[in-house]
Amino acid sequence: MMKKINLAIALGATCAGCDVAILDLNEKILEVFDLVEFKFWPTAMDFKLDDLKKLKDKEVDVGIYHGAIRTTEDAKIAKILRQKSKVVVAFGACANFGGIPSLANMPFEQDMFDLVYKDVPSMDNPENTVPLTSVKINDVELTLPGILENADALEEVIDVDYFVPGCPPMVPLIEQVVEVLKLYANTGKLPPKGSVIAGTKTLCEECGRTKPEKISFKEFISPQEVDEMDPDLCLLPQGILCLGPATRAGCDGLCTKMNVGCRGCLGPTDKVKDHGLKMISALTSLLEVEIEEEMTEEELDKIVDKIPDPLGTFYRFTYGKSLIYKLHSEEELI
Amino acid sequence: MKDFEPKIIGFLCTWCSYAGADLAGTSRIQYPSNIRIIRVMCSGRVNPMFVVNALQQGADGVLIGGCHPGDCHYQHGNYQARRRITMMKKLLEFLGIEPDRVRMTWVSAAEGRKFAQVIEEVTEDIRKLGPMKQVRRKNEW
Ligand code: SF4
Ligand code: SF4
Ligand code: SF4
Ligand code: FES
Repeated sequence: MMKKINLAIALGATCAGCDVAILDLNEKILEVFDLVEFKFWPTAMDFKLDDLKKLKDKEVDVGIYHGAIRTTEDAKIAKILRQKSKVVVAFGACANFGGIPSLANMPFEQDMFDLVYKDVPSMDNPENTVPLTSVKINDVELTLPGILENADALEEVIDVDYFVPGCPPMVPLIEQVVEVLKLYANTGKLPPKGSVIAGTKTLCEECGRTKPEKISFKEFISPQEVDEMDPDLCLLPQGILCLGPATRAGCDGLCTKMNVGCRGCLGPTDKVKDHGLKMISALTSLLEVEIEEEMTEEELDKIVDKIPDPLGTFYRFTYGKSLIYKLHSEEELI
Repeated sequence: MKDFEPKIIGFLCTWCSYAGADLAGTSRIQYPSNIRIIRVMCSGRVNPMFVVNALQQGADGVLIGGCHPGDCHYQHGNYQARRRITMMKKLLEFLGIEPDRVRMTWVSAAEGRKFAQVIEEVTEDIRKLGPMKQVRRKNEW
């Protein structure tokens, strides 16, 4: 009789899509219930943080964390999870790379609070009400966690053993995680520390679309601007931006199958420290190669200007863990 | 700011720009010593990571030098570099880093004087921009 694994699923700045992804296992979730004993999973069951705090150190075998570290509370929960767990898994693009929340780490000229609570066009806030960390009402003090300067990946706060990228991680990857849990329950064996539970090659290698020998990427167009899309041809020569050349395999081309360019949710492959720069390299080597000799600087500028938001395009999920982001952050002096 | 001497990293292709720098040297042409030259086989070798890493490690500007269009030893390298750096500068600009800190130039092996001129210009341009505001970080690459 195998021993059940104690599992905890904690969360930070999350959209809870990662929780839903786990439930997407459908009937396979029953296997999970046979395999594990839930010690903490506030999204799905009635758990409070105190339940996690009450556990003995390392009582949890596997602690899963999804979401970025955005508030002091997120960081606190991550630290508690680390203390209570033998191994910690960063689950989802947010926990792996800072994800979409980390796009807010962009150095705004203006305070992020002003932008969100005062200046966005949809905001009507004449009294300038902003959230406070503490307020007294009838002598009772109410508190909220503080917001951190940046939204960071889990690894910036605690030691992480395994990484499951994706926004959210796809069912085949979660099934792999279940297999890992099974092996752990049966034999006590775990993969080497630092393993990424996803593919090792790039998405292009597992994408079924045909890649012509010579690809020339014309200008950037949106899928809705394309009259007729070739369902079998690689998206790049059709003018649809696809981050496949720089993105880790593992999703089986979930988006590219649907004629939608990959946005890079699995992050870069091993050893690539900057997803966006890698993609810029890959993309510009294809950009209008056929007319490269005649193209003037102005024409080139015009094409490049068609990307309205280079940050959101090339770093949608990975800004918090990119080198370019670190050009800005002023911590960790050498 | 008067004393600010910009540090500029120059990635020069071995066949043209580096040879041009060599010629400037052997012809004893004077040019500012702000540039630190790194020889690469071709301007197309310059990965945007090199540029970001240089800025991150304390450079105030980066110059990428290649052969004139059409003259690249590897045929397309300089076209590729041009597209790559143009797109990268767009990203830098979006992030609030002055795109003029990064510049491309074409200098042939016979253009020692032009090389010296370019270095003078670049040094003055970067001097005007002032030091890179960002603080140096551990090299994590
Ligand atoms: S990785 Fe995606 S699905 Fe998961 S919490 Fe972040 S945004 Fe939501
Ligand atoms: S670029 Fe995109 S569509 Fe083309 S092969 Fe790669 S993943 Fe598939
Ligand atoms: S195709 Fe790209 S964006 Fe879509 S699921 Fe796969 S890795 Fe994520
Ligand atoms: S060899 Fe000089 S730019 Fe390619």
